Amino acid sequence: MADIAVRAMAAPPSRLLAGVRRGGARLWVGAALTAILVLAALLAPILAPHNPLEQDLLSAQLPPMWMHGGDGAYILGTDSLGRCVLSRLIYSAQTAVIVALIAASLAALIGVSLGLFAGSFGGWVDQFISRLIDVWMAFPPVLLSIVLAAVIGAGLTSVIVAIVVVDWTRFARVVRAETMVQLTRDYAAAARAIGLNRSKVLRLEILPNLVPLLVTLLAVEMGIAILVEVILSFVGISVAGDTPTWGSMIAEGRQIVYQAPWIMALPIGCIIVSVIGLNLLGDGLRLALDPVQRS
Amino acid sequence: MTAALTVDNLRIAIGDTIVLRGASLEVQPGEVRGLVGESGAGKSMLGRAALGLLPSNASIVSGRIAFEGRDLLKMSEGERRSELGRRIALIPQDPMTSLNPVKRVGAQIGRLLRHHLDLSKRAALERAAELLTEVAIREPERVLSLYPHEISGGMRQRVLIAMAFACNPSLVIADEPTTALDVTVQRQVLQLVERLRQRHGSAVLFITHDLGVVAKICRSMTVLHAGRVLEEGETAEVLAHPRHAYTRALLAATPRADRPAETLRPVPPALIDQLWSDARRLDWLDVARPA
Amino acid sequence: MRWGEIIRRLVLVPPTLFGVAVIVFVLLRVVPGDPISMMIPPGASQADIGRLRALYGLDQPILHQFVSWLGQVVQGNFGRSISVRQDVLDLLLTRLPATIELTLLATLIAVVIGVLAALVGILARGRRAEWAVDGGVGVLLAIPDFLWALILLLLFGVLVPLLPISGRIDPQVEIDFHSNFYLIESLLTGRLDVAAALLRHMILPALALALPFSAIIARLLKASLVEAEDQDYAQIARARGYSRPSILLNEVFPNALIPTVALGGVQVTLLLGGTVLVERIFSYEGIGNMAIDAVINRDFPLIQGLVLTFAVLFIVLNLAVDALVTLLDPRLRHG
Ligand SMILES: Nc1ncnc2c1ncn2[C@@H]1O[C@H](COP(=O)(O)OP(=O)(O)OP(=O)(O)O)[C@@H](O)[C@H]1O
Ligand SMILES: [Mg+2]
Repeated sequence: MADIAVRAMAAPPSRLLAGVRRGGARLWVGAALTAILVLAALLAPILAPHNPLEQDLLSAQLPPMWMHGGDGAYILGTDSLGRCVLSRLIYSAQTAVIVALIAASLAALIGVSLGLFAGSFGGWVDQFISRLIDVWMAFPPVLLSIVLAAVIGAGLTSVIVAIVVVDWTRFARVVRAETMVQLTRDYAAAARAIGLNRSKVLRLEILPNLVPLLVTLLAVEMGIAILVEVILSFVGISVAGDTPTWGSMIAEGRQIVYQAPWIMALPIGCIIVSVIGLNLLGDGLRLALDPVQRS
Repeated sequence: MTAALTVDNLRIAIGDTIVLRGASLEVQPGEVRGLVGESGAGKSMLGRAALGLLPSNASIVSGRIAFEGRDLLKMSEGERRSELGRRIALIPQDPMTSLNPVKRVGAQIGRLLRHHLDLSKRAALERAAELLTEVAIREPERVLSLYPHEISGGMRQRVLIAMAFACNPSLVIADEPTTALDVTVQRQVLQLVERLRQRHGSAVLFITHDLGVVAKICRSMTVLHAGRVLEEGETAEVLAHPRHAYTRALLAATPRADRPAETLRPVPPALIDQLWSDARRLDWLDVARPA
Repeated sequence: MRWGEIIRRLVLVPPTLFGVAVIVFVLLRVVPGDPISMMIPPGASQADIGRLRALYGLDQPILHQFVSWLGQVVQGNFGRSISVRQDVLDLLLTRLPATIELTLLATLIAVVIGVLAALVGILARGRRAEWAVDGGVGVLLAIPDFLWALILLLLFGVLVPLLPISGRIDPQVEIDFHSNFYLIESLLTGRLDVAAALLRHMILPALALALPFSAIIARLLKASLVEAEDQDYAQIARARGYSRPSILLNEVFPNALIPTVALGGVQVTLLLGGTVLVERIFSYEGIGNMAIDAVINRDFPLIQGLVLTFAVLFIVLNLAVDALVTLLDPRLRHG
């Protein structure tokens, strides 16, 4: 019985190659951009030329070094407190990656469990979870996460909780629908016919077939998590105090946008690159893992 | 006299497969020619080629398609468009999918009339009502204001026939116009086509599987097989003395009024064998025989 | 048939709203931090705090608070805002029109861009231009509205300062409006200069909201156009001598519109949610911007009122989309 699952999950090398080819340029560009993001986060202490918190009020609001008035010591200039913009950008990547990884995985965990439950049990369990999703979807997600983060209070944990609480529905909805479809397929019926009980069918038959979909959703969700963290920082209720984040850099830059537009422009660039990278990775993975393309 | 339609040595490929391998036929003015052959023989491809409706992955490799002596493939886009729908018309196979579901019947007929005949909106609608009367639709004004899903399949096919004859065409290509209809409606529709054809003096290329229909309404016929013309001539002649084993097989498979369909005689295996050996000898099949 | 479905959905509206109300209410009260702590001056006595809490009813059990609040809401009384000290309903009614106008303008822009992109894409099917349009649409889609807001603000507010980047109208403009629908009112009364001034403020936030939405429209519409063009009636239209652009516009487009509106219409709610940040970024005085302040100040009555307002708007939009689809598709209308 176990070998059914093994066959479904482990792709022989030739299929792996075919998958990578199907993923194409999206997969490569996406993976490369994501890798850059992760490396920046991991190697922040090595890469950053300055301490991101170190203030140098005598050289505040310096433009990037290639612009008029720039200083070679601060490659991308400084903010209004004289902190090194480049170093802050790099350290912000750390926050982004931590939030993205933890929040997206937790949201997936909760969403997938509830979705599997609803999809496979049907009946009142499905009714209850579906209504819950409906009510959830009636909130503007951005507003809901702001409410949550605000009431829980500033901090990394509150940001993560806010994202998880808001975004589990994204997984639950899709997994519920897919489970229902998969359960009607022949192999699920066959598996039950040979005497697998429901939880085994779910674990061995349904879940492996959901993998391509989940991997894609997860990559996209990580992009969303990064964005939500940015939003919360921008509104001023994200990670406490002096931890550098792209969102807080943007919020600060917005105040002095006429004097020092680069302070706002640079973190925006970082966010765009990260989010597009994760989107491309998700797209590429979907193409690579799923021979029959879903629309 | 120039033929209404001349297809000369037409070769059409879809991707790597050749679906027409040098087919030729002529339809004389005012003549009804049946085009028969088994499914996949390339009948629709031939008809669609004449109408400029080939699928985007199909290409005309060689050959000539002429309408009243003028080469359709060499005409300018504008010239061809002014002939299509006006002098060359189509009666489609499936009336359920051939009308635009979100437009009223009147709007669809009206658009055609205004496009080709330069009528005012009012005049077009009046003419449309006349056309519906011609195809024996009662209460034409009411039908004009209905959507396609509100009328029956037979009625839709009448509307499509009315549209085909709306601009007095000299050539009508009918691709199995009755296969999607039920038997009682089939006869009425056939009679209708026959009547309108006579009134307008149009030539018709009638694509069908049904030799019974061919016998009834076509003066001449062409038998197509695997992209090639196998046999052609006066209908009576071909049906009475089929020269090819394939035509005989086709004939044998056709139910006749004097023989109930249940007792339809299966094609004898010997005949099929002969057919395939003919095929190989004559080189009109370069495919292997199916198991 | 179809209208019956819409009525069935209408019946489900009150329970959904009730669910929303319960969740917000409970959520606000079970978590630490309340509005009183945000408003007391340092050094206030415990007794003062107690009196304030009693004033706003925060000393009652949650269930009691909820029932009395709900009783008031049903009568149209949403309570008083704690931070702004005004009637919540009044606040909502003054700010909501600004958001509605912004959303409408954004929808209009998104529809224009999305439809044009889809049409160009399908007309150029199989050519280099299609590829370019698809790529552009992909970029529009990947970047969310608030990032577009920041980018547009930088580009057209700062680097090439063409447009104002904050507020709904210049403060020095003194006009009295009879309603809070400034733009609609000035258009209706023919004061085009005022309308232009309003539009100059709205165009950047509206564009920011519109860009990702336009990409959604473009994708859905193009896919639907491709599918509809393969249908028999569209093929047969070619045999009637109509030109391809005319077939796309007259035969294919009306059919492709139906799935596009059905699937894309729901996404208007995305746009509405987007107003929260975009209004914030452009200091635009709508309910989205107000929502952020309300949350930061823990203004319970205002938050509750706002969330209910958003929920009502979401539901109304979903129903409106359903009604629109029913109007577009004659098969549903008579079915
Ligand atoms: N869109 C297409 N793509 C690829 N091959 C096609 C396509 N349409 C038709 N063909 C192939 O072209 C050949 C001729 O098809 P055609 O439709 O002309 O047959 P037909 O004689 O009209 O058959 P039928 O009686 O079933 O309508 C067939 O072998 C068919 O498989
Ligand atoms: Mg055919």
